[in-house]
Amino acid sequence: MPETHITAVTKKLNMEPTRKGFGRGLKKAGELDKNVVACCADLTDSTQISMFKEAFPDRFIEIGVAEQNLVTVGAGLAAMGKIPFVSSYAAFSPGRNWEQIRTTICLNDRPVKIIGSHAGLYTGADGATHQMLEDIALMRALPNMVVLAPCDSIEAEKMTLAMAKDSRPNYMRLAREATPVLTTEETPFEIGKAYVFDKGKDVTIIATGTMTYQALVAAEQLYKDGIDAEVIHCGTIKPLDGDTIVKSLKKTGAVVTVEEAQINGGLGGAVAELLGEECPSPLVRMGMKDEFGESGKPDELLEHFGLTAKHIRLAVHTVLDKKK
Amino acid sequence: MADSYSTEELELIAVKIREDIITMLEEAGSGHSAGPLGLTDIFTALYFGVLKHDPKNPDWEKRDILLLSNGHTVPVRYATMANAGYFERSELKTLRKFKSRLQGHPERLKLPGMETTSGPLGCGLSQACGMSLGMRMNDEHHRWVYVVMGDGELNEGNVWEAAMLASKYRLSNIIGIIDRNNIQIDGPTESVMPLEDLKAKWEAFGWHVIEIDGNNIDAVIDACAMAKAVVEKPVMIIAHTVPGKGVDFMEYDFHWHGMPPNEEQAKVALKELRTLQGKIESEID
Repeated sequence: MPETHITAVTKKLNMEPTRKGFGRGLKKAGELDKNVVACCADLTDSTQISMFKEAFPDRFIEIGVAEQNLVTVGAGLAAMGKIPFVSSYAAFSPGRNWEQIRTTICLNDRPVKIIGSHAGLYTGADGATHQMLEDIALMRALPNMVVLAPCDSIEAEKMTLAMAKDSRPNYMRLAREATPVLTTEETPFEIGKAYVFDKGKDVTIIATGTMTYQALVAAEQLYKDGIDAEVIHCGTIKPLDGDTIVKSLKKTGAVVTVEEAQINGGLGGAVAELLGEECPSPLVRMGMKDEFGESGKPDELLEHFGLTAKHIRLAVHTVLDKKK
Repeated sequence: MADSYSTEELELIAVKIREDIITMLEEAGSGHSAGPLGLTDIFTALYFGVLKHDPKNPDWEKRDILLLSNGHTVPVRYATMANAGYFERSELKTLRKFKSRLQGHPERLKLPGMETTSGPLGCGLSQACGMSLGMRMNDEHHRWVYVVMGDGELNEGNVWEAAMLASKYRLSNIIGIIDRNNIQIDGPTESVMPLEDLKAKWEAFGWHVIEIDGNNIDAVIDACAMAKAVVEKPVMIIAHTVPGKGVDFMEYDFHWHGMPPNEEQAKVALKELRTLQGKIESEID
């Protein structure tokens, strides 16, 4: 666990893209299990699968710019006992090849590991076409699929090692630009678990991916406002850790969700579905509200689309007004 | 397996499979007729003369793999598997029914021996590529991956993505078989989306191509034997077939692509097939 929320704001944090952590994790997974193999659709360096390729050239397949082939070749490799990690940009995989993933991986139950890099607004200057914001919704809808979004590069590395041991199809979304490293080697990670990164009692903030950092910063600001927020990091969006979330809500009674993705069908959607049935509570969902991104620096985009710590702080005040 | 059946015996098996196809489709009340009937000789050749397999041990680790990419033709595979001893022929009547292992489109998890789940077109060849690459990494030799594909299916871009990959990685243990029956749902392939020059297309993609009469069982067996002798290249067998083969009123008529026979039509079809069956049986005696 990080010491407290104070870690996130008072220390100068290292910056590293989550895809770097994936690259390191995959190489380690390859060292641990000879059945780990990798395929890439002409984005070897961009998705950081290059580290694995250099270490294990005979276990790397260059697919070319062909995302439908990427995942179906993966399904075939899995049929032969391999543990294939297949990577591209999230806009193309799972953006372009969703039906192939549905039929040949999920329904066919082949444990292919799909890595979607350049997800979310941190894709920055590339603009709306490449800022994948619908991947969580797309993958959440698929039976048998696990959906993951690491909060930093260290967790991305742990997630990759966990994926290699998981018998189900998995999807992990990664960010292009460097984001703060807030966890340590000792921070626990297990697929299917949400973690309370910052204990509190007045309100719950549930975040995933790179937004967990913003949530922690917001919690510190809120503390100064006299509000003790509990921050839950949902690295696994599916299966959602309902126990941890409901337990927190029974204590706090109000919740803000934050994600760098469409709230419709995203983490916000998942939490709304859970709480609607299990623990109806005032809720504010932060993320992309049925809209596309655009070119810009990540900081500019987060400001424009209302996804900074400052915005989370305001959302918490709004949700607490609803609670009254 | 190979060479243990005479030509007449194989033809007799094929006619019985066609009778089963008609019976099961009529019972199901929905499904595709033309494709399965046209593919019957290819499936008879594969299961009774080509494949290294064991019906009593469908997961045998040294078996050859047969992928059916155009999953809508699966009645021919079910009927052939039943006749080969994978399961009882009586189960064929459960086709497309609730709780049946014989789903409308094939599902791997439902039926042992079904190597993959298919139906949405264009995905078989790329899974074959993955399997072939996996076999290479596992250092498994003398295992073959057969992929049966439709011709209409070749409209899918995914097929050509796989075609490039198989050639790049010299996946010579892949043997593709295209059911070239010239029809798809909306009409003749050459009017819906022209495929010719089909042989030249595959050759341009780096494949060795063999063209045969796909309704000649011996020709299918011979082509597979030849394909195995080709090194460094994957092989595509373009098998020219007659859609609806064996049932006079269905042959060459694209309307039968996605339709089952009704009770009356099934009677007429079975009468024709049983007459042929009697003829072949008398020749064998």
